[in-house]
Amino acid sequence: MNRIEKAFARKAFIPYITAGDPSLEVTRDLVLAMSAAGADIIELGVPFSDPIADGPVIQRATERALNHGVTLAKVLQLVREIRKQSQVPLMLFSYFNPLLNYGLERLAKDAVDAGVDGVLASDLTVEESEPYRSAMSRAGLNTVFLAAPTSSSERLTTIAKASTGFLYAVSRTGVTGERQELAADLKEFLATLRHHTKLPIAVGFGISTPEQVRAVWQEADGAVVGSAIVKEIERHIGKSDLVDRVAAFSKWLRA
Amino acid sequence: MSTKGHFGDYGGQFVPETLMHPLEELEAAYDAAQRDPAFHARLDDLYRNYSGRPTPLYFAERLTSEWGGGRIYLKREDLNHTGAHKINHCLGQGLLAVRMGKKRVIAETGAGQHGVASATVCALLGLECDVYMGEEDIRRQELNVFRMKLLGARVIPVSSGSKTLKDSINEAMRDWVTNVRTTYYMLGSVLGPHPYPTMVRDFQSVIGREVRVQIIEKEGRLPDVLVACVGGGSNSIGLFYDFVQDSRIQMIGVEAGGRGPKLGDHAARFSGGRPGVLHGTYSYILQDADGQVVPTHSVSAGLDYPAVGPEHATLHDTGRVTYTSIDDREALAAFNELCRLEGIIPALESAHAVAQAKKLKLSPDQIVVINLSGRGDKDVAEVMRIIG
Repeated sequence: MNRIEKAFARKAFIPYITAGDPSLEVTRDLVLAMSAAGADIIELGVPFSDPIADGPVIQRATERALNHGVTLAKVLQLVREIRKQSQVPLMLFSYFNPLLNYGLERLAKDAVDAGVDGVLASDLTVEESEPYRSAMSRAGLNTVFLAAPTSSSERLTTIAKASTGFLYAVSRTGVTGERQELAADLKEFLATLRHHTKLPIAVGFGISTPEQVRAVWQEADGAVVGSAIVKEIERHIGKSDLVDRVAAFSKWLRA
Repeated sequence: MSTKGHFGDYGGQFVPETLMHPLEELEAAYDAAQRDPAFHARLDDLYRNYSGRPTPLYFAERLTSEWGGGRIYLKREDLNHTGAHKINHCLGQGLLAVRMGKKRVIAETGAGQHGVASATVCALLGLECDVYMGEEDIRRQELNVFRMKLLGARVIPVSSGSKTLKDSINEAMRDWVTNVRTTYYMLGSVLGPHPYPTMVRDFQSVIGREVRVQIIEKEGRLPDVLVACVGGGSNSIGLFYDFVQDSRIQMIGVEAGGRGPKLGDHAARFSGGRPGVLHGTYSYILQDADGQVVPTHSVSAGLDYPAVGPEHATLHDTGRVTYTSIDDREALAAFNELCRLEGIIPALESAHAVAQAKKLKLSPDQIVVINLSGRGDKDVAEVMRIIG
């Protein structure tokens, strides 16, 4: 059983942060602190210049990271450093072009060596994913794909087959970002998804409160919180207690 | 697993999963429309009576004599309603949006030509229209912004990234992924995920089909060389597509050489870019060593974009089309020359094609067709600022 599968032994709390926002050193400290605060898997965003699936909060984090010269190679180095101190499951979360540009075979090898557990590219459809999936799976990396409320039943079947580790359900149409309410049709969507997969299902997009995390856990196996945490980071940039504050926020969400 | 919409190695569908269903819907609607004679009849009627097609193929006698090479013809897409070829694919896509029962249209625009064409078609068909436009482009193209407003569209400023066309497409895609069930995305070139590159090409291919008939009427034979500028690549593919099988005909696509060959100073994807994925498709893009898309520059806003349509990528790799670049200075010189010699103010985009045609070594009996993709009224203020 790999680290990701083990993470779903309980209802999983999965924070997302953009690597290098506000710096790679802070990202390392955040990963360690959030892991200690109960994060079961951590998604590390690898910044891309044109993040079409992201709302304004993660767009700004991406810009901050890129302005500091964060690259995929540096994120892999960061993972190597984290692995000296922590075994928390780590997912790379990016867009396809930076991964493709790095070289898929090279990425698979370097990511496994560094201690990455899985990869997700938000603009990579199952149809276009064959070379990517074979490279990643040969190296032993999980490939997580997104399932959307608009996905047809046929598509859900192929998405479920292509995913390993867990399936990422997008809670609603739209970009990443906080929402007041969970989508009304989420329950139904997750029930449909269950028919297509035995994998754990994590839900993301729009989750920002402990109540929403608990509500998601009622129906699914994990809850991903991105923009709310990134916004908390943004709020504390330049302050000495940033890591403590974000870890406390993360703990509050998991409660 | 079947993969759709590929041109050789290029093209495809690289989008967030939420957009796959609307793309499938769009493809099905487009296929059905293609088989429906009523759709074609309506589109042909609008081409003819609304936009003014067929556009003339004009023999440029003074350019021909001044350059002293081949016989120069201009395909007058600038004489279309709204002043550019963009209306061709907007009319097609507008009719499709109506067929699909969508009430709201979104579009992106750089210089404003596609935005104006989209706003025009939405007014004609009674559709709500939101156009995403970079703050930097809004500043540069004030007149087109007002035009869109007159036509009833809402212009939404984009302040992210470089505040230009690339970022407007990002923002339009974010809108689409959010309002996917009600909204039609009227993409402005042969870019983006399948079926856009194919569909926009089909709507634009009317240009080449007309040229074939017109040149045979005038010269009794097919041309030797076709020249068109390439931003996303819609006007060029529109001219080339009907002639791709005529292997004797030389085809030249002209990219923006901008200020020079340094990355960031131009939009010459084929000489300065590498294959990668941007805005839903795999093609040549201008990117840095880490796969981040880089800013571009051209005096012409319509060519100022870091990626190129995927069909061009394969036409490039197979050698069927030759891609060259013309810099800002050469384009401005050609802009002036066409004004002075023919009394035609061309779009700065089209001036790149004119400049390239002038460089060709031709014998007097050779026939060249230049796609004059748009008129230059929109560029007059910018040219005034540059040359005074």
